[in-house]
Amino acid sequence: MLLDDILVIDFSQFLSGPSAALRLADMGAQVIKIEKPGTGDICRQLYVSDVRIEGESTIFHAINRNKQSYVADLKQAADLEKIKQLLSGADVMMHNFRPGVMERIGLDYASVKEINPGIVYAELNGFGHEGPWKHLPGQDLLLQAASGLTWLSNNQQENPTPMGVAVVDIMAGTHLAQGVLAALLKKSVSGKGALVQVSMFESILDFQFEVLTCYYNDGRQLPVRSAVNNGHAYISAPYGIYKTSSGYIALAMGNILVLAELLGCAPLKQFTEPASWFNKRDEIKQILAGHLAGNTAAHWLGILEQADIWCAPVMDYDQLVKEEAYRLLQMEITVKTSNGLSVKTTRCPIRVDGKLLSSAKGAPLLGEDNEAIDRLFGLRD
Amino acid sequence: MMDLPLEGITVLEFSQYLSGPSAGLRLADLGARVIKIERPVHGEAGRKLSIKNLWVDDSSLLFHTINRNKESFAADLKNPDDIALVQQLIAKADVLIHNFRPGVMQKIGLDYAAAAEINPRLIYAEITGYGTDGPWKEKPGQDLLLQSITGLAFTTGNRSNGPVPFGVAIADILCGSQLVQGIIAALIRRNKKGIGALVEISLMESLLDFQFELLTTYYNSRQQPQRSESNSGHTLLGAPYGVYKTADGFIALAMMDIGALAETIDCSGLQGFTNDQAFAERDRIKALLAAHLPAQPTAHWLEKLQQRGLWAMEVFDWEKMTAHDAYRALQMEQPLHAEGKEIITTRCPIRINGRRLLSNRPAPKVGEHTEKLIREMNEVLK
Repeated sequence: MLLDDILVIDFSQFLSGPSAALRLADMGAQVIKIEKPGTGDICRQLYVSDVRIEGESTIFHAINRNKQSYVADLKQAADLEKIKQLLSGADVMMHNFRPGVMERIGLDYASVKEINPGIVYAELNGFGHEGPWKHLPGQDLLLQAASGLTWLSNNQQENPTPMGVAVVDIMAGTHLAQGVLAALLKKSVSGKGALVQVSMFESILDFQFEVLTCYYNDGRQLPVRSAVNNGHAYISAPYGIYKTSSGYIALAMGNILVLAELLGCAPLKQFTEPASWFNKRDEIKQILAGHLAGNTAAHWLGILEQADIWCAPVMDYDQLVKEEAYRLLQMEITVKTSNGLSVKTTRCPIRVDGKLLSSAKGAPLLGEDNEAIDRLFGLRD
Repeated sequence: MMDLPLEGITVLEFSQYLSGPSAGLRLADLGARVIKIERPVHGEAGRKLSIKNLWVDDSSLLFHTINRNKESFAADLKNPDDIALVQQLIAKADVLIHNFRPGVMQKIGLDYAAAAEINPRLIYAEITGYGTDGPWKEKPGQDLLLQSITGLAFTTGNRSNGPVPFGVAIADILCGSQLVQGIIAALIRRNKKGIGALVEISLMESLLDFQFELLTTYYNSRQQPQRSESNSGHTLLGAPYGVYKTADGFIALAMMDIGALAETIDCSGLQGFTNDQAFAERDRIKALLAAHLPAQPTAHWLEKLQQRGLWAMEVFDWEKMTAHDAYRALQMEQPLHAEGKEIITTRCPIRINGRRLLSNRPAPKVGEHTEKLIREMNEVLK
């Protein structure tokens, strides 16, 4: 494995930090979750959509497979001492507490660096360490709201629309893992550790780097979503999703005149100027939407795919998992917890040397590895 | 000049548009020397892809956004002399990235087996749309199409909206980010064990991974995610999770205790509901909230909610956001000087040892560094 012999001590909760640790675990690192007694990572209790596995939320199992759990009360001197011993031999420490919490516990970077100068210390928070929002909760939807992101999806007359996946948590976790890995690479040469910091706010701004750069340089005009079939506020027609007489199809960038010909849609032929494909995109999309409603998705895709037009069917999960192309990816794995529970989830998306990275180890029970870790690292009160 | 973590690492980027080049950009910001290998004269296709018809020079503002802080080496990959030069570059490089469709690098003779023969320590990283195998491998790896095929379009918007795509190129950006993770992890192994690696990822696998919470819930319940009737925020979360209209704007409400919410905003209709009903009754609860919240401005609600410790936020657009001290404190903007024009763009979101990673170096012209790189190679040979 790529990260054999790397030891990660992870104090983080919910999704952002733990998703970064998951990726490190997938690539071969040993990841130990440090959890508080009784409840552990709050995510264990975050029930969603009323679907539970063994009394715990499905998402906890998805995020925390392939990790170990060590329970410690960081307010107890004896527990804190053991954690410091554990950190003295660790390669990486991660947390996603709000600014100031680790200082109070005595596990801020300056203190941990004294115990272990070579450590890569990674922290993730909501809004950074400076500015008037630094104490606000780093919650995904709130960051989507703060960063302008909700003005990019859905049609113009709709409310600002959040993305329906925790995109801020996931991007911030991805960036944290990048920073940790870069610092580990440096450490493998220099022996020196580093402090790596990511905020969800900076991550979700970076995520919008293309459109924000456009905004900074176009006289600061706010994005305008198209009136119908919006796919991207900055891209010309036909970019978007269209309803047909059975199912939906997606059309990416394409030449309107070519489409007019292929689809037999005469009213589109008036848009001879490529500039009008942006300036008059609402009109064009309305014409297209009316025309495409007249036949099935399969009919239109048959014509468009043959002509190498960028198009696709729009599928839900029931349709997707039946596709051979999906099954061939072998994206589904089954992991097993120590008490015998099987959970089907997804694997790491990266392949190395032609091999899938998949581990059968399920999420740990709260504190299930305390004894083994005490023994392995010789931890004493 | 600060000591960046990837200093000394050379990356050859045979990539176009966004997925591969965004990976190159992150590696460059972390300190690597990134060299774009481009066809002579026209360069990579992304140079001609503009949004809102914004151009800096012969290349679009979009291209400049994605390709700052890189060098450019022009090579015609159908010309044996140019291939020989590229092979010399590969011999000295640490990383090669490409996002061609399956089979293209084989035809050129620069597939992993061939590249590893030239340089066994090379990290060879490739992005495809749908993997290198299977019935979809020849399909175009385009962001919106991937969103549509992977079920993502049914996660956003209200139930009545039909499928709603994300208005940002999530597949390209996430896939590029994950490729960076694989590349650096492979470099760590190389430093320990002296071996190269093949790192592969596809846009489709990235987007499935992105939906891992939703898919895991689906695999174990076989119930498809359902968006709420109105004010949809996340298919797995109960009310009030979503965005609501107020008297003067919009407010976002995350997960919270229904009773505390009812009390704080003085909404009597909500008082009969318990937290256990927050998911099953989300449409009714959301409808009540959507009717109640337009009575007062955002600031009125926000003050009450935040005082009570409930998770709420004003919905900002970029004009309001960029004017706010919280945004300014980040110093997220940085200038680039390209062709006498100043461009403002964002910086790398990661900080190392308390410092922001900045670079004001603009994107290269096609082949701007070809001669310099040939000279460097000759000097090494001498």
